[in-house]
Amino acid sequence: MDSSYLFDPEHWDPGAAGSIPQLLLSHLGYSALALLFGTLIALPVGLFIGHTGRGSFLAINAGNAGRSLPTLGLLMLMVTLLGLGLTPVLIALTVLVIPPVLTSTYAGMRSLDASVVDAARGMGMRPSQVLLRVEFPMALPVLMGGFRSAALQVIATATVAAAVGLGGLGRLLIDGLALNDYSRVLAGAVVVAALAIVLDLLLGLIQRSIVSPGLTGRAVRTRRAAPAP
Amino acid sequence: MITFDEVVKVFPGGSAAVDHLSMELPTGKITVFVGPSGCGKTTSLRMINRMITPTSGRVLIDGQDVTAQDEATLRRGIGYVIQHAGLFPHRTVVDNVATVPLLLGSSRREARRAALEVLERVGLPQSFADRYPAQLSGGQQQRVGVARALAADPPVMLMDEPFSAVDPVVRESLQREFLRLQAELGKTIALVTHDIDEAIKLGDVVAVFREGGRLAQFGTPRELLERPADAFVGEFVGRDRGFRSLSFDTADSVPVRPPGDAAEDGAELVLDPAGRPLGWLGPAVGSPATPVPTGGTFSSTDTLRAVTDLAISSPVGIAVRVGPDGAVDGIVRHHDLVDHLASRRGRSGAERTA
Ligand SMILES: Nc1ncnc2c1ncn2[C@@H]1O[C@H](COP(=O)(O)OP(=O)(O)OP(=O)(O)O)[C@@H](O)[C@H]1O
Ligand SMILES: [Mg+2]
Repeated sequence: MDSSYLFDPEHWDPGAAGSIPQLLLSHLGYSALALLFGTLIALPVGLFIGHTGRGSFLAINAGNAGRSLPTLGLLMLMVTLLGLGLTPVLIALTVLVIPPVLTSTYAGMRSLDASVVDAARGMGMRPSQVLLRVEFPMALPVLMGGFRSAALQVIATATVAAAVGLGGLGRLLIDGLALNDYSRVLAGAVVVAALAIVLDLLLGLIQRSIVSPGLTGRAVRTRRAAPAP
Repeated sequence: MITFDEVVKVFPGGSAAVDHLSMELPTGKITVFVGPSGCGKTTSLRMINRMITPTSGRVLIDGQDVTAQDEATLRRGIGYVIQHAGLFPHRTVVDNVATVPLLLGSSRREARRAALEVLERVGLPQSFADRYPAQLSGGQQQRVGVARALAADPPVMLMDEPFSAVDPVVRESLQREFLRLQAELGKTIALVTHDIDEAIKLGDVVAVFREGGRLAQFGTPRELLERPADAFVGEFVGRDRGFRSLSFDTADSVPVRPPGDAAEDGAELVLDPAGRPLGWLGPAVGSPATPVPTGGTFSSTDTLRAVTDLAISSPVGIAVRVGPDGAVDGIVRHHDLVDHLASRRGRSGAERTA
């Protein structure tokens, strides 16, 4: 394997157009936006379905439908409909994020101990308080699992942006293939993989800090306040 | 006072879970709902804090219909304890207990102070405050559950099988502490159990439910044991209800004899220099070389049940009474006890017909 592209300092110059840091940044940008939009859509819907128990077929089927939808095909369809640009890419990636977040939010809400929720209501919490102070924090471990897998999928799939002329680490793959420059392809693959690993570690740390130790069974040595409601 | 007025609850697609229930739970007392599984105890309890809405009829607290108030506001004024405690696993013990004060608008600091205070009340040391429920035993969780219900000092408490998830020894101590606490606080309490012993021990009044959500009898534990309304209640309160009802009389009514009278039964009570009993000698226990232990003593504040038990289990059929200093001050012979029980029976029979 030829790693000359990856280790050529010229390709790491943040000022140069098409350099690895620039591609990395745009790659992260598409991924972050898709995660943001996807979560903004899926989280409230999942919480609502989980809290009320209404429309659960939606949450269950979303998972299956999502998995069987080819992102590249969807992207091409969007480009045909909307033309080139950022929007079709974001739509395709957002569609990728929704199923895991929706399904895990719902699963997290359904896995809650019913007697705890009952106690919360019985003590006089209003429905929104039950949701925000009890159900959501208790569902957080499962929910975070879904979010992390969505993040990994998006990071891996955001390479498709390059297929419709945008940036991102997919550029290295597509240009490398077009030019028979396998060193460049390798560089793209390695950077995407590294990005996924780093991001997952980071999300793992975030999860540790926002999920109550009372839920994870972690021994509580230090005094800590209750998680923000 | 909590009033059930012709309350009916029919769940969709079911027969009546509660059927024309009318009763009054006295203020400042413990009313126990008892009965076999599925007879509507929990359903009745939950209609008090509107966790369940009656199909017809009304539930009133101090004359006010519970539906007259916003439901969250109503519930914040009623302590609620459920089986297995139902603690919030993601919150520390002190945060769990501070829940209702916070809902009622206390500051964090005030709520925490109130929570620590009430934790102490239920016998949990400060060191537990910052633990999570998963780090507590079942009995400790149950105490936290009670503390959480008490934190905002509500006048009314609803408890659904609060002591059922723990072993008998822990249950016993929780029950004892609960009674001690209630003696201090004087809350109006509705408590559900399916254990008739618990009902008799804890209840000032007991509501016995039967299948189909009907009230079979409403009365004091004593009334239940001595005058069951019908065969169902008689059966439910159990075969040894006669023996159990002896708990309601104290031993001070039992006539005692001087210890020397044991000679009539062929026994001699050996005392130490301070007058405390060492045991029995004589032909009644097979003339041993060293005294046979008495197996326990009673004082005049014990129950008639304790005296009877001692007389039955004593090696010579004699229960030994001691004074406050532990010195023997009299004995009760088996025969005398039987006579006493017979006369007691005569008295309560007279009360019944009076
Ligand atoms: N949400 C519900 N939907 C339908 N039926 C219900 C519901 N809750 C209770 N029931 C029925 O109502 C009846 C009374 O139930 P309830 O829970 O009040 O009994 P219980 O006396 O508390 O019994 P246990 O001692 O087993 O707790 C039962 O037949 C039960 O199946
Ligand atoms: Mg019940």
